[in-house]
Amino acid sequence: MIELKNVTKVYRMGKVDILALRGVSVTIERGEMMSIVGASGSGKSTLMNMIGFLDTPSEGQYIFDGIDVGELNDNRLAVMRSREIGFVFQDYNLLSRATAVSNVELPLVYAGGTRKRHRALEALERVGLAARANHKPTELSGGEQQRVAIARALVNNPALVLADEPTGNLDSSATAEILEIFQALNKEGITVIMVTHEMDIAARAKRMIRLMDGQIISDEKTGMKK
Amino acid sequence: MKLIVFFGIAIQSMLANKLRSVLTMLGMIIGVGAVIILMSVGAGLQNMITSTFEELGTNLLFVHPSNPEAPGLAALAPGYAINSLTTDDAEAIGRLRSVEAAVPTNENFVRLVVGNDDAVAMMHGSTPGYRQVYGFDMAAGQFISDVNVARRDMVVVLGHNIAEDLFGDANDAVGQMVKIKDKRFTVIGVMAPRGLSSFGFSWDELSVTPITTYQTRLFSQKTPAGEDAVQQMSVQVGNAWTLEEATEEIKNVLRKRHRIGADEDDDFTVISPEQLMGTFETITIALTVFLGLIGSISLLVGSIGIMNIMLVSVTERTREIGLRKAIGAKRRDILLQFLLEAAMLSLSGGAIGLIGAWLITEGISLVDLGGFTLDAVVSPVIVIVAILVSVFIGLVSGIYPAMRAARLNPIDALHYG
Repeated sequence: MIELKNVTKVYRMGKVDILALRGVSVTIERGEMMSIVGASGSGKSTLMNMIGFLDTPSEGQYIFDGIDVGELNDNRLAVMRSREIGFVFQDYNLLSRATAVSNVELPLVYAGGTRKRHRALEALERVGLAARANHKPTELSGGEQQRVAIARALVNNPALVLADEPTGNLDSSATAEILEIFQALNKEGITVIMVTHEMDIAARAKRMIRLMDGQIISDEKTGMKK
Repeated sequence: MKLIVFFGIAIQSMLANKLRSVLTMLGMIIGVGAVIILMSVGAGLQNMITSTFEELGTNLLFVHPSNPEAPGLAALAPGYAINSLTTDDAEAIGRLRSVEAAVPTNENFVRLVVGNDDAVAMMHGSTPGYRQVYGFDMAAGQFISDVNVARRDMVVVLGHNIAEDLFGDANDAVGQMVKIKDKRFTVIGVMAPRGLSSFGFSWDELSVTPITTYQTRLFSQKTPAGEDAVQQMSVQVGNAWTLEEATEEIKNVLRKRHRIGADEDDDFTVISPEQLMGTFETITIALTVFLGLIGSISLLVGSIGIMNIMLVSVTERTREIGLRKAIGAKRRDILLQFLLEAAMLSLSGGAIGLIGAWLITEGISLVDLGGFTLDAVVSPVIVIVAILVSVFIGLVSGIYPAMRAARLNPIDALHYG
């Protein structure tokens, strides 16, 4: 599904060029559950943004389902994000003014389609939060907020869920809940990619790649510990 | 479909910052309100002027002294014009074939005193023709006569309200004494109630005295030759004649009488109510446009206020914009959302301004401006224009902030703050 070929990403910071990725090549198959680990500055966020169509390679190629992502314009990238990807962020990024179900509905506003509210409620049910549909984020715990965010990621039935430090703000029991949800989703066939710097969380994935200074230094299968 | 959602977002975001939204709208409220009030008052003035001149009829001409040296309208300005006209001129005009009646009139405000009571009235010094030209009925007594004019009699005819104010009843007034400028006048008649002139004064608060009396006993004005001067003549044109023909005859006779050479300019002006109306209309339109421009400055300030607040809003909601882009919003979705928000702010302000202006013009129309009211009207056209202008200003003010929002890089936006 995902094929990165010798991808390089250069950022210009003032007068200096920063090489965030230097020749990353990786192939990710449909249905994988993978973690990307590395210290801050290792390029793991850049890699995730690129996989999530938020960024395009400076050099090299990113082929998604046969489409060369580097060739796509801004609009097409937005459509790809809308169709293929569900994002989950460390700090949830929920709209504080809107209820849980309205937050979950948000991607459908841009993707279009009918029965938005119904589909949003279904997504909330998948993360076990249907009862809290009409609560605002401030009325929910951190774990619940992250579940709302996951429901939002799922509402468009994406092929791929990208999670950037999804448990970074959570206590251990909420972390366990969230990871279970990801594992359940993966069992349903959704590809899950998590970025984290915590090894024990990364170890919950089936595959782990480590990044350092913009390069992949290891790519290994991990035992599914439960 | 999307638009409805964006509409909801715009309203939500306006409600989330109520005070800020209201303060932002204030510029639009004041701007739209001011422009509409000024336009409505202008339209009211226009209506008033039109009906005034319609009331005068179509067979009337005015003759004014003027200054041949003065440019344009200044020639008619009091104090600038040369006192060139006399009662003899009026008589000569009255004898013209095309003229039914020529009535010289001088005017000034006077205080009428009866015992301890007094009243301020407009005093017209004129001739018996005055009654014919302006079509008065008498409630009691009689109008001034040629004999009164010839003898410079100390007599006065009162408007209905003045008579009631001073004597309680119109019939009681006839034969009574009134002091004007410490001189004793006898009331010989009271005019029938007539109501408001659309000129803005009340016919019922007028007083009329023979022009000769006016010139010698009340307010003396001399021509350069030392004769008693006439401020204005109203000329009634005979039915068989056009205003142009009458104007021509009047000009000829006055030029001959004033010994004006073929290459010299007139020291008088003959003008019809229609021409006068044209002049007044030009002035009102100029005034309306000028005041409208001043109001527009407020709109400009309001527009800058909206742009400013929208820029703040975009900065504050950078993360939200990043998120929306990450979950599939296109540039034009973001652009539309913020444009709509700016338009909503502007439109809400404009609508409040519109309602405020409507209330104020209704209030203005109720105010008694010394016997008449200004019928200021907020027309449907003004309402539609105000709404369109508000939306337009919102879009113009919102376009730059909205473009900034649309161009935000989602990665940077998500990590902002």
